[in-house]
Amino acid sequence: MPTVSMTVNGKKVSGEVEGRTLLVQFLRENLRLTGTHVGCDTSQCGACVVHLNGDSVKSCTMLAAQADGAEVTTIEGLADGETLHPMQEAFREHHGLQCGFCTPGMVMSAVDLVKKNPKASEAEIREWLEGNICRCTGYHNIVKAIQHAQTTMSA
Amino acid sequence: MYDFAYHKPSSVSDAVAALQGAEDGTVIAGGMTLIPTMKQRLAQPSDLIDLSGIGDLKGISVSGGTVTIGAMTTHAAVANSPDVQKAIPALAHLAGHIGDAQVRNRGTIGGSIANNDPTACYPSACLALGATIKTDSREIPAEEFFDGMFSTALEEGEMVVAVSFPVPEKAAYIKFPNPASRYALVGVFVAKTADGVRVAVTGAGEGGVYRASELEGPLSSNFSADAIKDVKLSADGLNSDIHASSAYRAHLVGVMARRAVEAANA
Repeated sequence: MPTVSMTVNGKKVSGEVEGRTLLVQFLRENLRLTGTHVGCDTSQCGACVVHLNGDSVKSCTMLAAQADGAEVTTIEGLADGETLHPMQEAFREHHGLQCGFCTPGMVMSAVDLVKKNPKASEAEIREWLEGNICRCTGYHNIVKAIQHAQTTMSA
Repeated sequence: MYDFAYHKPSSVSDAVAALQGAEDGTVIAGGMTLIPTMKQRLAQPSDLIDLSGIGDLKGISVSGGTVTIGAMTTHAAVANSPDVQKAIPALAHLAGHIGDAQVRNRGTIGGSIANNDPTACYPSACLALGATIKTDSREIPAEEFFDGMFSTALEEGEMVVAVSFPVPEKAAYIKFPNPASRYALVGVFVAKTADGVRVAVTGAGEGGVYRASELEGPLSSNFSADAIKDVKLSADGLNSDIHASSAYRAHLVGVMARRAVEAANA
């Protein structure tokens, strides 16, 4: 069995996995970081989005072994202690969630967008969210939250 | 997903050796198609050879009117490359509209063309631009590379290393995306080159990507949307499925081609 080592939310971790172990399984089952969700398990819904070396990726469509040596950030790694990340705060403020299942992936995806395209238009935000599905259809407030975070993340 | 032996070689020669030494091995690039396929147990390789540790396979270079893209270069890297945006903006546009942002951060050009999905975007760019596919052992013109649905000229144990695109005078790619998957229901890549106009169609043909010669002729003498507005395209040999009939796809080929010519001239 391969041994994988990576940095997750700033902490060095390692573990034995099977070749077929998915990154999301390693995060949830080995590290007990259950904030990253498995929704569709077919790389469509985006509930499992994490950052891999700074880019948002779907952790259900990646092997843990492929993340060997990488820097991974999950939803648990965004807040600074008790202080929410500006994107989390914006989702709270604008009620950018209903049931909350898609929220971790939405937030991780949105943080990647605002880092890469801080002035994204509403249309660009909506296009970027193509890979994140909210089955409550709460997109309107999610977009508003991201627009709000565009101002607070740059502040 | 069935288990497999995982390998992560650091050179192309080690990857080829691992591939040829495996009972039923396959290479994994970005894994955006392969991992879902393995999850469904539609593929069960004995060995998986991960190419992500081979630095030589990543990167973009432009020289002498040719854009060369390493096989492991992601769609996001192609879409955001100032060099590609300047030399062949149509190619950057195409890469920037594959799947979604997270898929573009992992999916690669080499994986896309080696898989030759009949609805993938990249094969149309290769065919329309007259690209050359470089493997570990030879160079294959795009015309000879795409060999029917999910089939290529790659031999057992051979892998794509890079793709070279000659810079056209003008080009554009327009697709009618399947709204769920963002794969091309029909996608048309038009390229005006010194040797004439080439039109490649993806998403429509039963045999995968093909050149639409009925459109290339009129466009070669007059590169405008008007030149092809009266061309009647046959539905023979086009796909019919739950998403669209062959007649509808034939119609879309004409519409996407006209829009692509307009975009190329814009």
